[in-house]
Amino acid sequence: MLTASRLRVIRRRLLHAVPVVVLATFIVFGILKLMPGDIAITLAGENATEERIAEIRQIYGLDRPFLVQYGSWLWNAVQGDLSRSLASGEEVAVQIARSFPNTLLIVVMAMGFALLFGIPLGILAASRPHGIVDRVVTSIGSLGIAVPNFWLAMILVAWFSLEFGWFPATGAVPLAQDPAQAIWHAFLPALALASGGLSEVSRQLRSSLVEVMSSPQVRTLHAKGLTPASILWKHGLKNVSVNLLTVCSLLFNRMLAATVVVEAVFAIPGMGSLIVNAALFRDLPVAQGVVFVMVLVVITVNLVTDLLYTVLDPRIR
Amino acid sequence: MLSRFLRWLARDLQAALSLGFLLLLVVVALAAPWIAPHSPIEQNFDMILAPAGPGHPLGTDDLGRDILSRLLHGAGITLYASFLAVGVAVLIGVPVGLLAGYAGGWVDDVISRIIDTLLSFPAIVLAIAVTGALGIGMTNAMISVGIVFSPQLARIVRARTLVVRQELYVDAARCFGAGTGRILWRHVLPNTVQPVIVQVTLLLAAALLAEASLSFLGLGIQPPDPSWGAMLARAYQSMEIAPEQMYPPGLAILLTALAFNTLGESLRAALDPTMKT
Repeated sequence: MLTASRLRVIRRRLLHAVPVVVLATFIVFGILKLMPGDIAITLAGENATEERIAEIRQIYGLDRPFLVQYGSWLWNAVQGDLSRSLASGEEVAVQIARSFPNTLLIVVMAMGFALLFGIPLGILAASRPHGIVDRVVTSIGSLGIAVPNFWLAMILVAWFSLEFGWFPATGAVPLAQDPAQAIWHAFLPALALASGGLSEVSRQLRSSLVEVMSSPQVRTLHAKGLTPASILWKHGLKNVSVNLLTVCSLLFNRMLAATVVVEAVFAIPGMGSLIVNAALFRDLPVAQGVVFVMVLVVITVNLVTDLLYTVLDPRIR
Repeated sequence: MLSRFLRWLARDLQAALSLGFLLLLVVVALAAPWIAPHSPIEQNFDMILAPAGPGHPLGTDDLGRDILSRLLHGAGITLYASFLAVGVAVLIGVPVGLLAGYAGGWVDDVISRIIDTLLSFPAIVLAIAVTGALGIGMTNAMISVGIVFSPQLARIVRARTLVVRQELYVDAARCFGAGTGRILWRHVLPNTVQPVIVQVTLLLAAALLAEASLSFLGLGIQPPDPSWGAMLARAYQSMEIAPEQMYPPGLAILLTALAFNTLGESLRAALDPTMKT
């Protein structure tokens, strides 16, 4: 698997990732720092004296120049120290390590649902373009993109948890503790999250399949006497797998964001509740830590995607 | 121009329906104070979580407020929020895209790198972080959403500018002594309008969903003002006793986002001759 050329791709992408991480964290740090409002005054509480505020500035290093603050934050972050939450005093890295698995499980399962339902729908729609099935699938796709994920989540809770009692309405169980329960708790959130992805997958698959199937190459295969099913399977899907991979990596990115609101509906202690509470209480170290980790995840996914490209399409070096 | 537009609408039923729905929504939003049966914030504790019935066509919420009235008043606030966010995105994204595309060289390299980086962020997460820094509230939340959306527009405008910059008529204008400002304003900017209009329409749908999300999380609009997202947040509180509360605002968001998306896709198909399915 790991040929020399692939190792070269990995090395190049990793080198490319370093400036992206630095730039991304710098932008976030800058946006969060340059916004109006003095965090030291907030921390000091009401009726604080000038001396107390100055003291807090010193404790948290807020009196240092902006670039020095950023540099020391980045230096610590690279070593795994994401500083402490202003609200709870707990280490940000510990909070993220506890929350991230819950979020990741939902996103991965949602990804699975999107592919599980999206691929058959896309093939179905492409098998007879502009037919009645195609129109129905396209309509479902439009609805899936326009529906607010968290509203869908509320509907699922109302029906399947409160009405029928099939699934738990709230909470999460760590995967390491009880895998079956963990998946059970993540089922509805993942389903709600999958709606947009499912549409995206079926839409993309349909349009690229239609394109491939109307190419001269496929006409030749028909003439050779191959059955439509084997043409679709061997030639159609193989050709669109690269497009599908692109969609998947974009989807992962989008789901990572959308899960924030879905988690709120199910009261799941994930990255979503971390960043929302950080925003409500202006807990900048937590907000920054969450964005930092998410950027790292996105970059990793992009890296894996690029490697898979070289597997699927040998022309890409 | 107008007759071409009308002919396009006559041919594209979906686009016509979407545009009609959105225009109706604007009229409803403007006329809300006169057509709403009740005040959107008037509380009536004798009528809490009432089902649909006479006097309250869609029932009342957990504070006894008329849901239909809140929905009608919320239309204006929700639309205003979407336009505010997209307006901010245009104000930042278009000039930055023009600058990057026209200046070229290292300016373009730096800006493009920043755009790519911002585009790889999970958008809502960044918007939440920025809202936290700005302070919660509808205006701040929508400014954050606008900031987060702006790279999408910048990228499109940059790509278009790169093409137009090479055109003969731009060279000609320069030969006649036109300054950079004039070339950008008179020759480059008009050429970016079409793709920007398409993207703006699609972004309006995304902004609507973002407003709903942020208000649902309590970071956007603050009580007692009605927005559709805030109404869903209230409905969530009483979901176990009155699940039907969540349908009116949710459907309103769904239909409006659908209309913006459909219109955007139709515009793209109409304005971009290379897109044929």
